[in-house]
Amino acid sequence: MKTVILKLKRFLDGLFEDPLKLVDDVTDSSGLPVVPDQKTGDPIWVDVREIRMRYTIPIKGVHPYIDSLRKGRLAAAKCRSCGKIYFPPQRDCPRCRVSDMEVHYLSPEGELVTWTVINVKPLSFMHHKDYVVGIVRLRDGINVLAWIDIDDPAKLDVGMRMRLVVDKRPDENYITYWFKPA
Amino acid sequence: MRRVAIVGVGISRYGYRSDSNLAELAWEAINEALNDAGAGVEDIDTYIVGNAGVWSSEPLPAVVIGEYAGLQPKNGIRVEAACATGLAATRTGYSLIASGEADVVLVVGVEKMNESTTPQVVELIGRAGNYFWEFENFGLTFPGYYAMYATAYMKRYGATEEDLCMVAVKNHHYASLNPKAHFQKRITVEECMSSRYVAWPIKLYDSSPITDGAAALILASEDVAGKFTDSPVWIKSWGYANGTSNLSRRSDFIGFESTVVASRMAYKRAGIDPDNPVKFFDVVTVHDAFTIAEIIGMGDLGLAKRGEEYKLVREEQTYIGGLIPVNVDGGLKGKGHPIGATGVGMIVDLVKQLQQRADKGRQAPISRGMALAHNVGGTGHYVFTAVLSVDKP
Repeated sequence: MKTVILKLKRFLDGLFEDPLKLVDDVTDSSGLPVVPDQKTGDPIWVDVREIRMRYTIPIKGVHPYIDSLRKGRLAAAKCRSCGKIYFPPQRDCPRCRVSDMEVHYLSPEGELVTWTVINVKPLSFMHHKDYVVGIVRLRDGINVLAWIDIDDPAKLDVGMRMRLVVDKRPDENYITYWFKPA
Repeated sequence: MRRVAIVGVGISRYGYRSDSNLAELAWEAINEALNDAGAGVEDIDTYIVGNAGVWSSEPLPAVVIGEYAGLQPKNGIRVEAACATGLAATRTGYSLIASGEADVVLVVGVEKMNESTTPQVVELIGRAGNYFWEFENFGLTFPGYYAMYATAYMKRYGATEEDLCMVAVKNHHYASLNPKAHFQKRITVEECMSSRYVAWPIKLYDSSPITDGAAALILASEDVAGKFTDSPVWIKSWGYANGTSNLSRRSDFIGFESTVVASRMAYKRAGIDPDNPVKFFDVVTVHDAFTIAEIIGMGDLGLAKRGEEYKLVREEQTYIGGLIPVNVDGGLKGKGHPIGATGVGMIVDLVKQLQQRADKGRQAPISRGMALAHNVGGTGHYVFTAVLSVDKP
């Protein structure tokens, strides 16, 4: 379990183990995977087939920008023809109808525009404590959405100066980016 | 373009419907709509199913519902536009009739969200935006996206969490008068304020619930509408627009540009003054997935001045008897938000309002004969607006 990938798989397996064990026992003894609904008592057929989805996402068109994270930089795509900066980066400029982009390193400094604290988490983030997500307007005028590393979110305010960090996220052990107060 | 009438409406009970599967739930609404129109399955030329799916087991809902409802071999397709699926499906049905392709179209919106666990549903809705750049690394949730609008709006205009809760109190009030609504009890500002945060500053009681439900419409061309009813409600105009998938690409977080564009399109086509639309409507629905959504939606739709929307709420001007009755069916907040059914369910209630047959205690006075439906998908990702009228356009 070097990174979040196997860690999360084990966590999710553990989460569903007990309720599925119950259904397994009922199915074995009654012959059918039918259990009473926990809220209403209505008979529920629990799917005996599980679907596991893990997407494989092509990034060839934006690989230079994603790879720049390994150099500690967050990069946007800049159209060599019209100069428009795209973040998130994209391969093609629909304005110029050309695909001639260059790496544009974003300024790591900016100001907080808005934020929230995620208290009720999605399944694949349930292994985390509450986390703060914010949108920061960088000096380049580009908005970036990311976590904000702060001990007490009550200290946050609109316009607060923020600094971008590109590094391995603790516990998850892959490179991403977050903000912390400057 | 032919004019399109709504000649029958039906809606299932919204809620935690462990008693019904997807097709049974759809049929509950379809059957009521057919009865309302005095129509049979044989009258339907083609049908549209609004269903977001993913959390429910059937990947081909239009085919499954077509077989169950005795519509096969008639053609039906699924239309999807996140939480705006309902009005998107209605627009598609409308277009089939307006273009002359069909005379009678069944539109049914249906969602069975409770076939999956709450954490799974939170995950799936959280992915709705830009998956790769905003969910994969940052685990946003649906309330989380809206919470970023709430934070920016409240900081800029001085609205409070109590103001947000007042929207919930109103919508629970009307839900308690709607026997089909998910929530049947009223709440107080204090109860709302003491509910736990789901995505600060949004609390549980600011949030629409995970709901199962269905709603159905029978749409007919002006040529055949008279076969079904003497008092149809007409679809007078449509507006629609999309927002960016990435929230980071939005310029500010105090409103949805997509709602502004969509509503101005619908107003222009209906001859409504965009500077004073309130004067044209007896009743409106504003897409209140969260209480903040109803507040910013009112500003985006031009029903209130930007930054002063919450003051109208505070002064109870959005109740029946106030300046403009908003979400008197209980809204997404109180009636429930079965994604694919939501927009269709809005139309169902507005038709009943305009025909003055809403439930006791929540009938708005009808004098102008026009109503507005506003259905948002995601966080301003899709917006559909429809103007309904008792007068033939």
